[in-house]
Amino acid sequence: MISVAVTHRFDGFTLDAAFDAPAGVTALFGRSGAGKTTLVDAIAGLIRPDSARIALGDRVLADTARGIHLPPHRRRVGYVFQHARLFPHMTVAANLAYGRRDATDTDRIVDMLDIGSLRDRRPATLSGGERSRVAIGRALLSSPDLLLMDEPLASLDAGRKAEILPYLARLRDEARLPILYVSHSLPEIAQLATTLVLLEAGRVVRAGPLTDLLSDPALVTALGVRDAGAVLTGRVTARAPDGLAEIAISGGTLTVADPGLPVGAAVRIRIEAQEVILSAALPVGLSALNVLAGTIDSLHAGGGPGTMVRVRVGDAALLARITRRSAVAMDLAPGQAIHAIVKTVAVSPDDIGGMGNGGGAGRDNPTGGC
Amino acid sequence: MIALGAAEWQAVRLSLQVALWATALSLPFGILCAHALARWRFRGHALLNVAVHLPLILPPVVTGYLLLIAFGRTGPLGRALDQVGITLAFHWTGAVLAAAIMAFPLMVRAIRLSIEAVDPKLEQAAATLGAAPWRVFVTLTLPLALPGILTGAVLAFARAMGEFGATITFVANIPGETRTLPSAIYTFLQVPGGDGPALRLVAVSLVISVAALVLSEWLARRAVRA
Repeated sequence: MISVAVTHRFDGFTLDAAFDAPAGVTALFGRSGAGKTTLVDAIAGLIRPDSARIALGDRVLADTARGIHLPPHRRRVGYVFQHARLFPHMTVAANLAYGRRDATDTDRIVDMLDIGSLRDRRPATLSGGERSRVAIGRALLSSPDLLLMDEPLASLDAGRKAEILPYLARLRDEARLPILYVSHSLPEIAQLATTLVLLEAGRVVRAGPLTDLLSDPALVTALGVRDAGAVLTGRVTARAPDGLAEIAISGGTLTVADPGLPVGAAVRIRIEAQEVILSAALPVGLSALNVLAGTIDSLHAGGGPGTMVRVRVGDAALLARITRRSAVAMDLAPGQAIHAIVKTVAVSPDDIGGMGNGGGAGRDNPTGGC
Repeated sequence: MIALGAAEWQAVRLSLQVALWATALSLPFGILCAHALARWRFRGHALLNVAVHLPLILPPVVTGYLLLIAFGRTGPLGRALDQVGITLAFHWTGAVLAAAIMAFPLMVRAIRLSIEAVDPKLEQAAATLGAAPWRVFVTLTLPLALPGILTGAVLAFARAMGEFGATITFVANIPGETRTLPSAIYTFLQVPGGDGPALRLVAVSLVISVAALVLSEWLARRAVRA
């Protein structure tokens, strides 16, 4: 349990943010300049905020009211920076050993991140993805009580991102370490996070379980209309030879491109709101493979021509972005039965993430799909 | 190769001795000062900066005279040091002090630049890995600033080899005690027929200076590669 309350005024900007986060991965989401990095720096002790109360469980890291401000080296807060910040004059092995408190974990972490073969190399000779993995390993080996990750993938291209994301998922499931993950990429967050803290202009707009917040039409503007999309959890039930897989979710089955996970694996799937079509009648003769029956939960008209519709499917919720004109023409209203249509190819493998059985993922998930 | 006379050898040996001691003794203080100026924010920051640079701006004779007032046999510091058996005035150790002080600004400037070039973000990263400030300094700041520290040391050494004004004012020009290379050249030029020895010492100065420069470049390049 992380408990954070920070206020800090600087350069005409005021950060006034407070949130509590349970175990698992907590995503700190916001546009650039929302104060994400400042907040994370305050938690690490790299800046001294005007006022702060930061606690990890019952360990108090900072409490201005009581005059407590632990220096960074005594906080046991690991930090993976946006640019890896490896020490250039040391080998990978020396970088990994720099903050090591407990040597027994070394092999497991090195194996998990697949960095054993890099030991004798210098940071300058590593690729971006390798650097990120070494930085993650270095932070983990310092046996932190909390891991901060400030856009660890932001400086990488799509290919490298896809290379690292599975390692982060394993980290979440295997390391059983609370992680505060800063990002402005919804697909990344949708794959990793269990809790979402939404930061806007230095303030926490909302904080809560990821699946709840991502399917909340009222938060769409804050999250970005184009990227809006709910996250469903489910389990792989079948893999077909034509490259498709079936995933059972609460209230139905989705057919999607095979994410390469074995039958029985728990997954989370992000479905972009703009890829969902609504139909009052059960559609026939469609090329789309996924038709989910549900009921309309709420409608939320935005400033533009669009309307966000939250559709309840079993215990889960989908978000559909349609035009306001259609909403009026179809006379949509809460409580109405509706069919949500999702094109199979609209769900890319990037939107499907594996979920281990450990960690807080299952417990914190209100949709209970797994 | 031109053969050096005994008096000339004596001056060269003494100069090397004075310059090496001056560099070695001032280096820890130089690193400390440079680090303080580069990284710490404290009251008196500007004052320290001025104090460090003063010998660069003051006429060397003035610096020498101030040293004489402070560290002379009757000066307050000189008397205190005399009590513990250290004599500086008119003694080769005084030449070390004069050379060290005159070379200090150059040393601090070079080291400060190299410490400022060390990315503070790396030092922050080390702190989040549990390293206390002294460990960050020893394991990161110092090794990463090493090329600049070597440059600063070599510059200081070269400056100490050439120190003349403050030295001759503070410790005079005593053969075998305080007659360093520049003082010897000056002395030879004052007597008829001294041109030959003076030129030979000039040649030696050139060789030592160029060698110091080449050495520092080589060390710095090695340090970067290591």
